[in-house]
Amino acid sequence: MSSVVEVQNLAAGYDGREILRDVSLKVTAGDVVAVLGANGSGKSTLIRTILGLVPTLRGGIELFGTPQRRFRQWERIGYVPQRLGAGSGVPATVGEVVASGRLARRGVFRFPAKADKAAVREALTAVGLLDRIDDPVATLSGGQQQRTLIARALAGKPDLLVLDEPNAGVDAASQEAFAGALTRFAGDGGTILLVLHELGPLRPLIGRAVVVHDGRIAHEGTPPEPAGHHAEPDHEHLHPHAEEIKPAICEWAPTEQTKAY
Amino acid sequence: MELLAIPFMQRALVAALIIGLAAPALGIYLVQRRLSLIGDGIGHVALTGVGVGLLTNTSPVLTAVLVSIVGAVGVELIRERGRTSGDLALALLFYGGIAGGVLLVGLSDDSSTSLMQYLFGSLLTTSAEDLWVIGGLGAAVVAAMLVFRPALFALCNDEEYAKVSGLPVRTLNILLAVTTALTVTIAMRTVGLLLVSALMVVPVAAAQQVTRGFRSTMTLAMLIGVGAAGAGVLVSAEADTAPGATTVLLALAIFVGTAVGGSTVRRLRRRRGDSPVTSEPPDVVLHA
Repeated sequence: MSSVVEVQNLAAGYDGREILRDVSLKVTAGDVVAVLGANGSGKSTLIRTILGLVPTLRGGIELFGTPQRRFRQWERIGYVPQRLGAGSGVPATVGEVVASGRLARRGVFRFPAKADKAAVREALTAVGLLDRIDDPVATLSGGQQQRTLIARALAGKPDLLVLDEPNAGVDAASQEAFAGALTRFAGDGGTILLVLHELGPLRPLIGRAVVVHDGRIAHEGTPPEPAGHHAEPDHEHLHPHAEEIKPAICEWAPTEQTKAY
Repeated sequence: MELLAIPFMQRALVAALIIGLAAPALGIYLVQRRLSLIGDGIGHVALTGVGVGLLTNTSPVLTAVLVSIVGAVGVELIRERGRTSGDLALALLFYGGIAGGVLLVGLSDDSSTSLMQYLFGSLLTTSAEDLWVIGGLGAAVVAAMLVFRPALFALCNDEEYAKVSGLPVRTLNILLAVTTALTVTIAMRTVGLLLVSALMVVPVAAAQQVTRGFRSTMTLAMLIGVGAAGAGVLVSAEADTAPGATTVLLALAIFVGTAVGGSTVRRLRRRRGDSPVTSEPPDVVLHA
């Protein structure tokens, strides 16, 4: 199996603060890997470092067999951040945001062609938002905005999807919609690396789970079964997100009471 | 409209129309990344450049261009490195620029009237040569902002995503910074700092009250910019008011109009029950 992401003895952080201390991780083609951990454990930092958004202090990262520093085939990676970053008030339609996902493939100098428009429509169909293509993203619900971001990543037809807590604070309908989109992506041979606060409807899709605690990998293996009140079928787990102090993701992972960044 | 038969009026009108078209095309990106006041900030830095020019007996426009480019790129690098807010970086730019300008102009032989001339410009003294420079600048700005729209939109909308897409993020940021510096400094001597920096922002603010997408906002903002600039020059000639200030006040009046109109239309739509907002409230907080 060809290596998609390979992280060796990675330390990373901002402003001299080490958030990741010693992490090694290998993701091969076709894997679906969930990174779990409490708030502040460094799980988001891990994927952000892999993508080059957080500086590496020590250790190595390879993407598709190329050292990250020299990696240029960014069109092979689709990144889904936690939040839509548009808050300035200049409106943008769903279609315009998703079209940004084509830039890695198209380059800065070429105008959008037919193939680009088709890819945008296809990606929006995959997340069930094609009817909203001309609506301003600000009028969408949180879950629909999250699906817009997934469509943006899918529009670039990547080989690897990297998602940062895609189901944090998202309604059940949207969770189901993108669980479907991710299942199809994985079914077509795509590789997925995602940070999760809880497995939720994505549980059947996850092949391997990695638990990050205190900047290190505390556990790696098949995903844990839901336990405690998380296991109840009608358990609604809609976190307001971040700030609040809450118990760790699963019973056997340590609790982290602080948010590191 | 016999005023339009006078050559200096024609030149003033053309210069204002060009800035009215080009300034919002650039300004929409600045508004999108919450740097609405950068035009004004760079204008203040340009005053330091004017002071350098007067003091060293070189062309004040040339030194203003150079100093403001340094200032704009500097702010961009500060913003990129430290997570200093754009707001704070702008404040430093403002105060440093105006203080440097006043200090240096005071040291030179020229009186402070030359400083005022650069601050407010004088549209009616636009020469044919000025017009060529402004025309060239306007064409370059509009072309760059339209050609790079998808990339600049992605950058201003979500800089981290743009980085992961492999876009030349720093180059695009510097392109925006340098274009802003060039536009402000070249236009300020003729149309004035007030007019050029206001036309970067106010038409965008007016347009986004009634538009749904980025492209339509940009188009409408450019139309509003041209309309306000043209009307501003004509009205100011008839009413004998300052053309720059008249243009800015007209653009603000358009903003008030679209803001009121836009919210009325949205309220009516909601009452008719075809609101685009679905029953579920947005639970993700948008932030820059």
